[in-house]
Amino acid sequence: MAAVASPVENSFDEFLALEQKKDLLRFTTAGSVDDGKSTLIGRLLYDSRSVYDDQLESVTKASAGRNAGTIDFSLLTDGLRAEREQGITIDVAYRYFSTPKRKFIIADTPGHEQYTRNMVTGASTAELAIVLVDARKGVLEQSRRHAYIAGLLGIEQLVIAINKMDLVGYDEAVFRQIETDFRKILARFPAIESYFVPVSALAGDNIVARSRNMPWFEGQSLLEHLETVPVGGRVRAAAFRFPVQRVVRPDQEFRGYAGTIASGTVRPGDRVVIWPSGRETTIARIVTFDGDLEKAEAGKSVTLTLAQEIDLSRGDVIASREEAPQKTHGVEATLVWLNEKPAEVGKRYRLKHAARQDWATLKQIDRRISVQTLDEEPGHALELNAIGQVTIETARAFVFDNYARNRATGSFILIDPATNATVAAGMISGAAKSSAIEPLAGISWRMENGTLILASEEGFTASEKSAEPLQIEDPEALEALRHLLRRLRVRPFNTDSSESDWEI
Amino acid sequence: MREVVAECQRPVLLYSIGKDSSVLLRLAQKAFYPGKIPFPLLHVDTGYKFGEMIEFRDRYTAELGLKLIVHTNRPGAEDGANPFAWGTQRCCGALKTTSLLDALREGGFDAAMGGARRDEERSRAKERVFSFRDTRGQWDPRNQRPELWNLFNTRIHPGESLRVFPLSNWTELDVWQYIYAEKIPIVPLYFAKPRLMLARGDSLLPVEQPFVPRLPGEEPQMVMCRMRSLGCSPCTGAIRSDADTVPKIIEELISVRRSERQNRVIDHDQDGSMEIKKQEGYF
Repeated sequence: MAAVASPVENSFDEFLALEQKKDLLRFTTAGSVDDGKSTLIGRLLYDSRSVYDDQLESVTKASAGRNAGTIDFSLLTDGLRAEREQGITIDVAYRYFSTPKRKFIIADTPGHEQYTRNMVTGASTAELAIVLVDARKGVLEQSRRHAYIAGLLGIEQLVIAINKMDLVGYDEAVFRQIETDFRKILARFPAIESYFVPVSALAGDNIVARSRNMPWFEGQSLLEHLETVPVGGRVRAAAFRFPVQRVVRPDQEFRGYAGTIASGTVRPGDRVVIWPSGRETTIARIVTFDGDLEKAEAGKSVTLTLAQEIDLSRGDVIASREEAPQKTHGVEATLVWLNEKPAEVGKRYRLKHAARQDWATLKQIDRRISVQTLDEEPGHALELNAIGQVTIETARAFVFDNYARNRATGSFILIDPATNATVAAGMISGAAKSSAIEPLAGISWRMENGTLILASEEGFTASEKSAEPLQIEDPEALEALRHLLRRLRVRPFNTDSSESDWEI
Repeated sequence: MREVVAECQRPVLLYSIGKDSSVLLRLAQKAFYPGKIPFPLLHVDTGYKFGEMIEFRDRYTAELGLKLIVHTNRPGAEDGANPFAWGTQRCCGALKTTSLLDALREGGFDAAMGGARRDEERSRAKERVFSFRDTRGQWDPRNQRPELWNLFNTRIHPGESLRVFPLSNWTELDVWQYIYAEKIPIVPLYFAKPRLMLARGDSLLPVEQPFVPRLPGEEPQMVMCRMRSLGCSPCTGAIRSDADTVPKIIEELISVRRSERQNRVIDHDQDGSMEIKKQEGYF
């Protein structure tokens, strides 16, 4: 081996500095079985040199049986044996590659109609989506569906890759017609930025380098676009939200709150409000293993300490004072049903939102939305892959933002308590109309042996500072008061109490 | 990791002594700082790990003051299980898969965190961050829960368990860069030095175990080499390399054209073999 005197250490630190400056783009891909999506991804991986020789050998070997010619790029991404046998992809697969400009994670999802579930899953963590359109077929029903799901899941950037241009003679007119048709669909989603690119995944046109076969196209290649499109701005610009994942108490001296910053930025000295209690305080320190920080942004895992001793527990949210989250017991949300067992109105599910689990009742299915037309469709049932607008009520106060404003604090999943399956993905659109009343602060209640005990932090009149709790035994008065308390959403004495406390 | 500790009853970190495990330990330190790591470590020892790995394991976990559980499948080893006598599939089944399931059951662990990454092998690309295992510890690729946003479903029934992969979205290059940036200690086997090997074409076979069969007239020779991934010594080939520092390893990684599991015999014993091992409960 030639002894090359390379200043490894010096150049390495520069290299590392550049590597660490690279940002990450997570994108998802949607297309039907025949749109050549797996081939497109295989091509991106191959051309960005993210495929190792032995992996290439193993897919070249496997291709022989399916009598494909040379390298079958789609086999690089078809992971499981069952799929290789059937020749279709049936689940979300994650792929990784990087270029000198950026790191990428692809959520590769099958586009077949029955797999709306997978597309939603892939899109939930993506900032950009690539929708593939077959140049020979033009805009189909499913293109509409892909655009809708991208819009529903709050994807900022859409790339419409018009594939198989080689099979239509690289004809500009075909490309322009599809672009015009697709823009009509996108008119419904003003928040989405779109980019149209004509490609051939199989031949490699406009994937990495600009194609000589389409001199009429003056835009960036697909990869150039992916490398330069701005992302992540919305989550950094959003209001500060920090769901507490864990209370850190290594000794009597230290009390901190660990979690990942869901959105916005935090600095020591910031005034914040703790939810659901609504108490205001100041951030004292941002503690990490590597020392305290002067500032931390969305995505960073930190431990926060507060200026005042406030009783905080897992699931509480620390938020900026300026822009408060909402707090109710009922929300309206768009649900995507993910399970073979359909949604049941009136049933209690476990709801996971930010860093907490709670009981939640599916109150009603307000309307069903067609994935094909994006319009309301008849019926009030939600079966696998169906989408609907629903009302959900939670046992404890629910602190959230609308999904359109904040993905992290506006999303939830529903879990069937009997099977533990994740049955639905939810995106909150606002407080439920019937439950938009704020709870009465400072008043709590509990039942003890048939007696209702009402307590107040401040006392029931201005003169008494620490009043004795009020006890009510008369059945009729009790019934009336209980009804009133529920209407007013006065929380039970112990805020951690389960829904059963509400049912007494 | 914080989510696992908050929502599971008895979590454990599966510690394989490899570079990914070292990274996991650092992440755990950070996740719970200034508190201590609130779960024990479990190492499933086949008895065929490199001596240097065991030495590193005992020293490093003691330094960090961690609770380490070592589980060895005695009967399998006493039956004479080894990859040459039994074949790799049966040997792995007895010494790794069965042993891991036994250890998890004995410890009553309901969540086992490990350092597996999705970029390692094709069947792992669809693995969940929170991967569900039935009461027999088995993995059904068709019956995994969809994972949306960062909302992980940690609910299980008694007897069922979760495998959790915090490094799911890391690549091999990410791991090495992190090791360099954080100055994380790793087993010296990752660094190149002259080692006694059986050289067969491109393959370099370590000779730590006496049962590794030799071809007629074959003699071990000193070869400048290193391990790209670590497993049992009879099934982990070395690669020719003079990368003896982390920067050189990263430089080599960028130019290399072969994946890190390529030297792992067990991935290639049949097409789709990792998938089959996983269904049976292999980590």
